[in-house]
Amino acid sequence: MNIPSSIWTLLVGIVVTIVSLWYGQNHGLLPTPASDEAELVDGLFNAMLTISTGLFLIVEGALIYSAIRYRRRPGDDSDGSPIFGNIPLEILWTAVPAIIVIGIAIYSFDVYNSIGGFSPHSVHDAPIEEQAVRMPGAAIAATLSDTSPNTDSNLNQEKSDAAMQDPATAAVRNADQIPQRQNAPGVGVVSPTIGASPDKEGTPPALTVNVTGLQYAWIFTYPDTGITTGELHVPVGREVQISMTANDVIHAFWVPELRLKQDAIPGRQSEIRFTPKTVGEYKLICAELCGPYHGAMNTQFVIETPEAFEQWQKEQQVASLDLQQLVAVNSADLSPAEFLAPYVSDLGIQPEMLHQVHHTHH
Amino acid sequence: MTQAQLQEGANISALSEEPGGRKWRDYFSFNTDHKVIGIQYLVTTFIFYCIGGVLADLVRTELKTPETDFVSPEVYNSLFTLHATIMIFLWIVPAGAGFANYLIPLMIGAKDMAFPRLNAVAFWMIPPAGLLLISSLLIGDAPDAGWTSYPPLSLVTGQVGEAIWIMSVLLLGTSSILGAINFLVTIWKMRIPGMTVNQMPLFCWSMIATSAITLLSTPVLAGALILLAFDLLAGTTFFNPTGGGDPIVYQHMFWFYSHPAVYIMILPFFGLISEILPVHARKPVFGYQAIAYSSLAISFLGLIVWAHHMFTSGIPGWLRMFFMITTMIIAVPTGIKVFSWVATVWGGKLRLNSAMLFAMGFVGTFVIGGISGVMLAAVPFDIHVHDTYFVVAHLHYVLFGGSVLGIYAGFYHWFPKMTGRMLNEFWGKVHFALTIVGLNMTFLPMHKLGMMGMNRRIAVYDPKFETLNFICTMGSYLLAVSTFPFIINAIWSWMYGPKAANNPWQALTLEWMTTSPPAIENFDKLPVLATGPYDYGMSNGDNKEVENVPFSDEKEPALAAGPNSALRADPDPKVAANPEDRK
Repeated sequence: MNIPSSIWTLLVGIVVTIVSLWYGQNHGLLPTPASDEAELVDGLFNAMLTISTGLFLIVEGALIYSAIRYRRRPGDDSDGSPIFGNIPLEILWTAVPAIIVIGIAIYSFDVYNSIGGFSPHSVHDAPIEEQAVRMPGAAIAATLSDTSPNTDSNLNQEKSDAAMQDPATAAVRNADQIPQRQNAPGVGVVSPTIGASPDKEGTPPALTVNVTGLQYAWIFTYPDTGITTGELHVPVGREVQISMTANDVIHAFWVPELRLKQDAIPGRQSEIRFTPKTVGEYKLICAELCGPYHGAMNTQFVIETPEAFEQWQKEQQVASLDLQQLVAVNSADLSPAEFLAPYVSDLGIQPEMLHQVHHTHH
Repeated sequence: MTQAQLQEGANISALSEEPGGRKWRDYFSFNTDHKVIGIQYLVTTFIFYCIGGVLADLVRTELKTPETDFVSPEVYNSLFTLHATIMIFLWIVPAGAGFANYLIPLMIGAKDMAFPRLNAVAFWMIPPAGLLLISSLLIGDAPDAGWTSYPPLSLVTGQVGEAIWIMSVLLLGTSSILGAINFLVTIWKMRIPGMTVNQMPLFCWSMIATSAITLLSTPVLAGALILLAFDLLAGTTFFNPTGGGDPIVYQHMFWFYSHPAVYIMILPFFGLISEILPVHARKPVFGYQAIAYSSLAISFLGLIVWAHHMFTSGIPGWLRMFFMITTMIIAVPTGIKVFSWVATVWGGKLRLNSAMLFAMGFVGTFVIGGISGVMLAAVPFDIHVHDTYFVVAHLHYVLFGGSVLGIYAGFYHWFPKMTGRMLNEFWGKVHFALTIVGLNMTFLPMHKLGMMGMNRRIAVYDPKFETLNFICTMGSYLLAVSTFPFIINAIWSWMYGPKAANNPWQALTLEWMTTSPPAIENFDKLPVLATGPYDYGMSNGDNKEVENVPFSDEKEPALAAGPNSALRADPDPKVAANPEDRK
């Protein structure tokens, strides 16, 4: 019996769909999701991977099928059929990718909104003033730090000042040496941010941690308790806000299990908010090239039960007191290898580090 | 009579057997023949490709194990910085210009480029810029802030190396601006009479699109680099935060060029593939206008997507959405091209020679890079994988699986025209097989590495990634090995290969209508179009009506004309289609 080609097309379509759907859910390409936000991002990725698998199979299948089925047979010097185009087909394959990308864009938009991408520093923080817009040269002035026509306060400076209220944070940040960025009038952006998810909008986070990136370490300060540490500990199920900046070059805060990444930029304050979900120990990585020892700039990120977190806080408070007693080490006497040894071997911050920070900046 | 015979019959090959470059010395001189310059570009850039490849293998050797046990972290950073800079600015971008130099005047029936001396100047900026860049490695102070050279890092690492990097990239950018002006003017003003824009070979369209973005975006990179040089050498603080400068402004300026640059790196090869597929599939290219205009659409959209490189750095939330959408829209014109290429090979009579295999390999691997590009455009996912090996995998699928395979396809396709000799097909196929296996082995595992948590540009990594990294490293060695059959084949065939006919592939575009290699000034007589550039299969040798081949300015219709045939310029296509009706 001669099977019509449309049935073959149908069968191929069904097989491609089944394989794509299966692979989109069972790819095992992403690490454990450890935050509420991570699950949303994974859903988006699975959807994209399902569509991608289908597209991949169709295009590669068509190429390989053509290479076998339509290869020139020996002795056949004739040409293929002269088909120059097919308008309905071309409209179809313009429309289908267009619809797919619109779908992915809407889905991404939704996920981005749900994880708090639009949250805190929208325009209402510093409204566009008509006067500023009408001023001649306003657009040029917007790029100059000292001629802002906007009387609104500098949000970036405010955030920096707020963080510096905490003595521990002030001790590790060299904000006195790096001027804080002024904001362009009307936009009022501190820096790109993943803020509160829409359901938590307007509520303060349960825990705030100030993070400072410097070559080649992360320093975490907890303004509520005065703890300074080289490991990030957070309790499970409570929303955490990370307020970060960098002391020297650009670093990037990344915990793969959180699916969140944010550059820490000298002179700018940036924030991310997330809700830890899965208890465990993960790696916090610097993702932006920050110098030769960039690869060694990582540390522990611990999501623990509230009880364990309380316990850890108590231990740290005792340790912080001891720290004050230590004598500073002159970094100039250390070779780079000695300087870096502690970070490479134990991924934590040693007391000497903090004293070097003092030494360098005061 | 086939379309190819018709087209060849309508044009007389140049009488002079003398090729553009008469002696080997011509290729080392300030020669103004576009063919000599084209070959100068291609050979020079290939040498830089080999140097960049050695650097890549050193990087991969370091990454074979999780520890830093091969080179120091400082040297490691220099290696990947130079690898990327060489591959982008000294290989892929100028290799595209090399093909354009060689092919465009031939394809449009011109004697040379519009500005031959400017053309030579553009080429002769490349060797000194390349040597300058590599010299930084020899003086022990190579740039090590990555090819993006983000301040403030680039301002606090080695000053000499960074200054050399800036100078070198400025020279290379100037060279590509000069080239772009030349291509635009040549294509626009020097086509033979009768060749309308819709009858140009698609490679010309892709070079118009490429040159437009080169002219619009390269000056912005130059601006960024000059300001960076001021910060570095004169102590200004445009980008230096310690004086209140804004490092994010550099990123905007840098990516305003460097994102469009990926289209500068891929569009010429989109054009080459659109030339090669129909010839060896023996079918007209499917959707000529769709392919032509999609190049322009990519060129335009390419200019408004740069901030997708900055989703995790310094742009406001709502702006991320804008750049996400513009980035995703590029998938539409790119998709049109891919589907059109697949439709071109579908139902053809595929001659699976080396050029065709590389061209089909280009389509197959570029698709993977394109798909991962759409994924990267989705902001929430990009935030996760930005600055990881997922990005490394994506860009290598586009630039190795796309551009490099496209360059190889072009080498195999036009080698007979350039040298007058045929390449060995067996070794070409060996080259193809090794390259495809090597490239997938090297770059496919990187997708998983990135998603699992391996960030890029690191010399030490978590031991749990060791197995996948080992596979990548072995793949990179295979890629290195894969170039040997090509190099040996090319040199041997250039000297001793069998003589090539003027039109060994029975192609229809004008470069095949002259001698192989073409004489100085290309054509003895102004060439004419007897058919469109892709009218394959219009007649399968059974058309007995046409005995008189039309010559030069006579617009005598011969065979049924395809939509891009010059014969269609006739006011009444029906009359044109049937000569009997005209009597």
